[in-house]
Amino acid sequence: MAQPQASRETAASPAWEPRIIAFLCYWCSYTGADNAGIARLKYPANADIIRLNCSGRIDPQLVTAAFSRGADGVMVCGCHPGCCHYISGNFKTMVRMPLLQRVLEDLGIEKERFVHEWVSASEAEKFSKLVAQTVENVRALGPLNWPGMLHDRGVGHGQDRKPWGE
Amino acid sequence: MSEATPKLKVGMYWAASCGGCDISLLEIGPRLIDLIQVADVVFWPCAADFKYQHVADYPDGHIDVCFYNGSIRTSEQEELARLLRKKAKCLVAYGSCAGDGGIPALANLKDTKGIFDASYHNNPSIDNPDGVEPQHIVETEFGQLEIPVFYDQVIRLKDVVQVDYEIPGCPPQADQVWKVIGLVASGAVPLRNAALRVGCDDKSICDECHREKRNTRITAFHRPHEIIPDPDHCLLEQGVVCLGPATRSGCGGLCTKAGLPCRGCYGPAGKVVDMGTAMISAIGSLIDTEDEEVARKLVAQIADPTGTFYRFSLGSSHLKARK
Repeated sequence: MAQPQASRETAASPAWEPRIIAFLCYWCSYTGADNAGIARLKYPANADIIRLNCSGRIDPQLVTAAFSRGADGVMVCGCHPGCCHYISGNFKTMVRMPLLQRVLEDLGIEKERFVHEWVSASEAEKFSKLVAQTVENVRALGPLNWPGMLHDRGVGHGQDRKPWGE
Repeated sequence: MSEATPKLKVGMYWAASCGGCDISLLEIGPRLIDLIQVADVVFWPCAADFKYQHVADYPDGHIDVCFYNGSIRTSEQEELARLLRKKAKCLVAYGSCAGDGGIPALANLKDTKGIFDASYHNNPSIDNPDGVEPQHIVETEFGQLEIPVFYDQVIRLKDVVQVDYEIPGCPPQADQVWKVIGLVASGAVPLRNAALRVGCDDKSICDECHREKRNTRITAFHRPHEIIPDPDHCLLEQGVVCLGPATRSGCGGLCTKAGLPCRGCYGPAGKVVDMGTAMISAIGSLIDTEDEEVARKLVAQIADPTGTFYRFSLGSSHLKARK
């Protein structure tokens, strides 16, 4: 194998824009984001929103999958504790996310890149500010580019490796 | 098997592994004699004196089944993986390391510099005043010496070559190994070239664990040495971090039978890709608190979550390594 090259973007190139994946629960946070739109609140368009029924339905695997496929930041938002549409869904989120945060930090992902916050349906302003803040923080940190990093280290089937079963 | 049928040619190679996989093949015990009736060993560095050159001299596809244990850390291991792929009709990733990265992949939590620092510099048992580190190529008065390149990351066998089968386990259990050998020897091998998992089931360890779930919730986490657990009650519910819910079955629940939590050596269960986060998910469902601060304090009691949840599967996880 050729020695890994330092081709990974280390400094933000002018064309780079942070890519944030936001997992929102349907009943509170997504409605909050919706209301932010209705109220014509301005916030950066860097967050790609994925709606799920409940924040308790957000498998931590989705977060690691997002990072591993090139997300620069991930947001997880749900109803405030005690306000879950399904009564106890977000109590599970409440345990999972701090634990996930510890694992992500062990793997070198800065804590600003993973945001876990409660956003109710009426907190459109909080949501827009949260997205703006996250985008700003991630922009300051620069690209994460996890697939590029693994490629440079020779994981997978990059150009340095011949294809399978040759 | 009739006398006219040629014997199976079997090979086994060890890469970044502890040697336990080689021993586990011997664990089949007296059945080893049955194996020798139908198979000839043509390559097994741990047990027999074969050189790499012998393998290189074999015609392509000469070896019927080659078990490859251990993950890939150096260029030598990758070279052998490619060579054995060419010489073997059927290449089997044997054990957790070859299949999921195993324990060696935990080194991915450090970079090369960190590993070399701990191995050659800042370590109480190291005496290296000149700060010498192994070099790929060294010029000596006797000529050039070359050792394999140390890769930046531990990778799995299937990251390098096509793998026909995977037998998970650290090490794979003898009965499961025997079952696979039987399959191969009888020629009843299913679909190839798909890194098909054999010698295990798709359900989780909880499915074969004898312990009872009582729907109790975790109120505190304990490390295995800190409590004497109830022998019939689910370990996770008693607050011992047991990887059973995220681990694929096949071992027969050996550890939980002995009062120890499952460490996850059989790899991720079912459709799970990332075992660590699957375990986080499972723990999330088992804590009964409505107070965010209590939840935070409770999960802070878990020692080394990354090393525990990904003990055998960091190489197969989504993120695979530290940034």
